[in-house]
Amino acid sequence: MSLRTEEMTLNMGPQHPSTHGVLRFVIKADGEVMREAIPDVGYLHRSIEKIAEKVGYHGFMPYTDRVDYVCAMFTNQGWGMACERLGGIEVPKRGEYCRVIAAEFNRIASHLLSVGTMGMDIGAMTPFTHAIREREMINDLIEELCGARLTFNYMRIGGVAWDLPPGWREKALAYLDHFDPIWEEYNALISYNKIYVERLANVGVINLQDAIDYNLVGPNLRGCGFKWDIRKDIPYSVYPEFDFEVPVGTGEFGTLGDAMDRYMVRIREMRESSKILRQALKQIPDGPVLAKVPRNFKPKAGECQVRVESARGDMGWYVVSDGSAYPWRVHVRTGSFAAMGMINKLSRGLMIADLVTLIASLDVIAPEIDR
Amino acid sequence: MQKLVDNLIASGAFGAHPPRDIIYAIAIFVFSLIVFLGIAFPFAGVVSWVERRVWARMQSRCGPNRVGPNGFLQWLADGLKHVCKEDLIPAESDETLFKMAPYLVILAFTLPWAVMPFSSDLILADLNVGILYMTSVTALTVVGVLMAGWASNDKWSLIGGIRSAAQIVSYEIPAGLSIFPVVLMTGTLSMQGIIKAQGWAPWTWFVFANPFTFIAANVLYISALAEGNRTPFDLPEAESELVAGFATEYSGMRYLFFFAAEWGNLFIIGAIITTLFLGGWQVPAVSSNPVVMNVLQLICFNVKVLFLVFVSMWVRGTLPRVRIDQLMSLCWKYLVPISFVDMVGTAVWMAIWPEGNWIAPWILMALFSAVIIVFLGRVLHYFRRSRMELYLSPTI
Repeated sequence: MSLRTEEMTLNMGPQHPSTHGVLRFVIKADGEVMREAIPDVGYLHRSIEKIAEKVGYHGFMPYTDRVDYVCAMFTNQGWGMACERLGGIEVPKRGEYCRVIAAEFNRIASHLLSVGTMGMDIGAMTPFTHAIREREMINDLIEELCGARLTFNYMRIGGVAWDLPPGWREKALAYLDHFDPIWEEYNALISYNKIYVERLANVGVINLQDAIDYNLVGPNLRGCGFKWDIRKDIPYSVYPEFDFEVPVGTGEFGTLGDAMDRYMVRIREMRESSKILRQALKQIPDGPVLAKVPRNFKPKAGECQVRVESARGDMGWYVVSDGSAYPWRVHVRTGSFAAMGMINKLSRGLMIADLVTLIASLDVIAPEIDR
Repeated sequence: MQKLVDNLIASGAFGAHPPRDIIYAIAIFVFSLIVFLGIAFPFAGVVSWVERRVWARMQSRCGPNRVGPNGFLQWLADGLKHVCKEDLIPAESDETLFKMAPYLVILAFTLPWAVMPFSSDLILADLNVGILYMTSVTALTVVGVLMAGWASNDKWSLIGGIRSAAQIVSYEIPAGLSIFPVVLMTGTLSMQGIIKAQGWAPWTWFVFANPFTFIAANVLYISALAEGNRTPFDLPEAESELVAGFATEYSGMRYLFFFAAEWGNLFIIGAIITTLFLGGWQVPAVSSNPVVMNVLQLICFNVKVLFLVFVSMWVRGTLPRVRIDQLMSLCWKYLVPISFVDMVGTAVWMAIWPEGNWIAPWILMALFSAVIIVFLGRVLHYFRRSRMELYLSPTI
């Protein structure tokens, strides 16, 4: 006797507690086991790239915050770097250091949010608030730096808007001294929890070839054991001056490239960011933070592509200039969009509960998908 | 309670020839009302407040602290709000079942209070099948939850309902089997009989009577958590997966019923374990006044139960949720065989030492204390390490 089962079509999102914003999945499920989960993107499309063609080079900076509001420093930096390359502008050394400091703090904040929501998505509410508690302090620091807590608008074409405020360096170092033990506590609290490992290990395993084929970047790619970090491999800004490791997935809890590996890569990257920050805060030179850039910034006609290593991986900014005060075309290439493409392939045969884990482990941020 | 009514009748409080049946009926009604409105529902409400506060403290937030002292009246405010809300019934739902489901759940939560042994005299009905009655009526929940899941005509609700049914039915088995060792040792199913077979001191409790009962107590607690839909087994209402599970479509009063039952069930879980394994209301005979003794017993029973309730909140604040297949494999591959071994083991133990073994409780207590000391040491260690010393906010 064979049991007849019926496929069920489920609509997950766009208003669903665990879809990290407004994502939608059309799930075909046989009971708890998914046959496929088709992502439906486009619920958060704000035409940011088109806006750039209308507001000009300087005016677009605040809009870049909205491309990825969880780590807006990187989008700021990407746009700034693209414009500088088009206009041939040299950023002062102190400006570059300020950028790196702000961006690395932002990376920690973003990863804290990611690992916190990972805990929440699999049912543990406590890690989230603990992660948010630490993130709040970073937000406080950044607020002091640039006056905003989420959409920073800190960087300018040619440097950063403001120098570090007096006493900020000591506060930042005090935070790092506080953060390192907290990081260990966080690990002891959740990372090695038996249920936590059971839920994450061997879920959503990505093999390296697939990851490269689907163009995964950042921690998702490094989770598969491949060492690829723009900061190391295509160095930009002042990153070559720092000594840091690129953590990769090791498959220590299950298969190489599973959700636990991606999670551990993020956990370890926070430690590396902390290392970079300590060096940057120690080595920061004196001088101006902003290069002289004309108010009416008109780069020569041409195009450029810059890549920054954002918290969600390789973020590409492609800008075409026609010599006027407005860019002719801007395109942002983001990690979350590539990750969304992979979800359908990965979700086959997983349980519904695992889809939530999978989305959280790929660290998909809704505004970054659609822009 | 029947004794009290009989005494009142005998003393002529209702006249010379009272209509016994009617007086009994009225007495049952009055006592049930006292238990439901005076104990069961306020308890569920207060537990919701306690849980939110305890949970908030674990998550380094404040929790509700505005309504009344320390937010104590929050549960009342929430309850009133829910009662005042519109009772929405989805257009495509099966209306009769949809309306009925919360009542079944609340029924499953209120019925066990009939055999709740608060003290040696404070028990509504000391049934001779007390513990059997308790486990069987709490299983009514599954009917209500399944009904809610089906009648909502929503796929998330349906998955929640089916998960709940699978979970509760599976975990009934280890829970039921874990009760057997105690029943074997006492030879009775009556709640009072089981408590009377134990003493006030920890070494006379059944949890330390032999290794098998010790394991059985733990298995029972885990299974009871699963039956009560508590973290780490809160799959039927897993927020991040199923929105709100079987309760997705409910609002207002009916939604409140589901959650009053969930919080109230914590007390019932604690009461079952306290009765079976932790000596129930047993206190040392310090007074010959029955009123003093009953009050002491009531306090003792409640303290033990509330401690177990606190432990379940603690677990909820600590652990993630398991996946459905892990949940099932935990039940069928581990808990069910273990509880069978417990049952047979207790029988063998009783055959070897019919009067009980005096050294086993002490060894078990020593082991248990060692575990507790190590655990508390670690907790204190992290407490000291995690003390917040840094305040960076520029605005404060």
